[in-house]
Amino acid sequence: MVALELILPILAATLRTATPLLLGALAGLFSERAGIIDVGLEGKMLVGAFAAAAAAAVTGNVLLGLVAGIGGACLLGLVHAYACVTLRGSQVVSGMAINIIASGLTATLALAWFSQGGQTPPLPPGARFLPVTLPGAAALAGVPVLGPAYAALVSGQTVLVYLALILVPFSAWVLYRTRFGLRLRASGEHPAAVDTAGISVARLRYSAVMVASVLCGIAGAYIATAQGAGFVRDMVAGRGYIALAAMILGGWRPWPILFTCLLFGLLDAVAIRLQGVAVPGIGAFPVQALQALPYLLTVVLLAGFVGRAIPPRASGQPYVKER
Amino acid sequence: MNRLLATALAAFLAAGTARAAEIAPAVVFDMGGKFDKSFNEGVHNGAEAFSKASSIPVREFEPQNDTQREQALRNFARRGQNPIIAVGFNQASAVKAVAAEFPKVSFVIIDAVVEAPNVESVLFREEQGSYLAGMMAAMKSATGKVGFVGGMDVPLIRKFACGYVQGARAVNPKVEVLQNMTGSTPSAWNDPVRGAELTRSQIERGADVVFHAAGATGIGVLQAAADAGKYGIGVDSNQNHLHPGHVLTSMVKQLDVATRTTLEAARAGTWKPGTQVLGLAEDGVGLAFDENNAPIVTAEMRERVAKAKADIVAGRVAVHDSMSDNSCPQ
Repeated sequence: MVALELILPILAATLRTATPLLLGALAGLFSERAGIIDVGLEGKMLVGAFAAAAAAAVTGNVLLGLVAGIGGACLLGLVHAYACVTLRGSQVVSGMAINIIASGLTATLALAWFSQGGQTPPLPPGARFLPVTLPGAAALAGVPVLGPAYAALVSGQTVLVYLALILVPFSAWVLYRTRFGLRLRASGEHPAAVDTAGISVARLRYSAVMVASVLCGIAGAYIATAQGAGFVRDMVAGRGYIALAAMILGGWRPWPILFTCLLFGLLDAVAIRLQGVAVPGIGAFPVQALQALPYLLTVVLLAGFVGRAIPPRASGQPYVKER
Repeated sequence: MNRLLATALAAFLAAGTARAAEIAPAVVFDMGGKFDKSFNEGVHNGAEAFSKASSIPVREFEPQNDTQREQALRNFARRGQNPIIAVGFNQASAVKAVAAEFPKVSFVIIDAVVEAPNVESVLFREEQGSYLAGMMAAMKSATGKVGFVGGMDVPLIRKFACGYVQGARAVNPKVEVLQNMTGSTPSAWNDPVRGAELTRSQIERGADVVFHAAGATGIGVLQAAADAGKYGIGVDSNQNHLHPGHVLTSMVKQLDVATRTTLEAARAGTWKPGTQVLGLAEDGVGLAFDENNAPIVTAEMRERVAKAKADIVAGRVAVHDSMSDNSCPQ
């Protein structure tokens, strides 16, 4: 079972690295489906990571950290919503501004509060999300293939990984099977119709941005308190942008988004293990090529070579009531 | 009375002129920030110690991106700061440009060589320190597999890796060294999550001691090693205290000592441009042993490392510097 021993860790790593991407991409999904472009995923995740790590470091309670992370991201989300919905500003510019603010603000606040040069103190185990062992992992251990797979993949992840996975069908249900979802999608496709029906587009878009912010906060908390153990300046390190790419590649739909996030996670996990491995004829394995693949795939898709990326029709356009 | 006053006045004036002639040092840090618990923090500690002993303030700047380095150096030079210490090989081109503009200001660059009449280049023999770290790792490893996680993929970090491999092989010729670099951009110094993921992958493949040379990314490396109940090896500053009992040792570059000596030389007027190479012989690099790692280090390990150090200093053992020919003996 050498193959299994090789594959299972890769798949487990895939789940771990895909989780923040998945949460971020779902956040982008909600926001963009309502017609608000969300380039600020990275910034909101960063603030979420910082707030979660800071609160967890001070209180020693990881759940309070999660709440703080969500709160921090929501504050930033409110700024975005205010700029985009109320003031009808450019959504891309507002998103970029949020990324820049987040990068500077978190480092400055961390320096002011903890005097450790833009870091929070390392978190003790109690202030982190630790892997949980699901019941039955030991009982199934003897079963070939299934036992190790259950122990390494299904069990032994942090709570937030399960949460992110559950959020995929839940998001699909909310978007396609509830009245809120229908209205949300309508405000991203044809806001005038929503308005004609007597429903406030502004309120819908605000709530969509807030849902996105909550998800970003969870993603940030995952990065700082589950994957990592403390905040380090700019620790989100581009995952927000990859999440955006995953959302576009997933065609603004929950299940394909899950697939692209897992694909990106898998590419990363494989790249890590192939680093330095010599390939006959090429020499050292070109890991950079594998790492650039998510961006490359997105560009190819956007350029229209393979398939077509169709964003919500009204995304990026501020809604103005006709007089 | 008059005379007393005059003496007091003279003394005061002398003190005043002495103060006016004091140096006004400044430090421009590398990416990763001055509290990376590693490379930059070593310089910061040295500057701090100097300022405490001499009550001369040391101005500091932490660049947030690549473009700010040259600007910061120029600003410091224009405001009359002298000497100016630039931390990290990334600043070499900036130092070269600014040093030419301000020929009267003394510059110090750490980890790179800049040939100019007003620049002192401080280099460390990282391969020698890493060699000892590699010996420690191979002696501690029960699996015969050890890991290395580098920050940005640059020659300097490959030099760490190369020394480490040689040291590990010296103890156990069959040892397998798993190597990963975090990335190829400066953000690779600041990604503890990826550092942890790389470490987990190495541990899953059997490594039980992982050495990092990755700045703030290494915080994640040491964390992941400690979480898995394995051992990490710190770098640049003494990181043994981060996870007592799970940091086998730290490959210390005496950045604090180097910084302090340079500043003191500048103050005494004995500062000289040129290249300074600090290796095991100069105690510029070495391993950290303290109460935090005492329980996991055996006397035999310390003895073998001490012997290897003596051999390297005496020239009986040559550690290959991968930067000299851009290759590492396999």
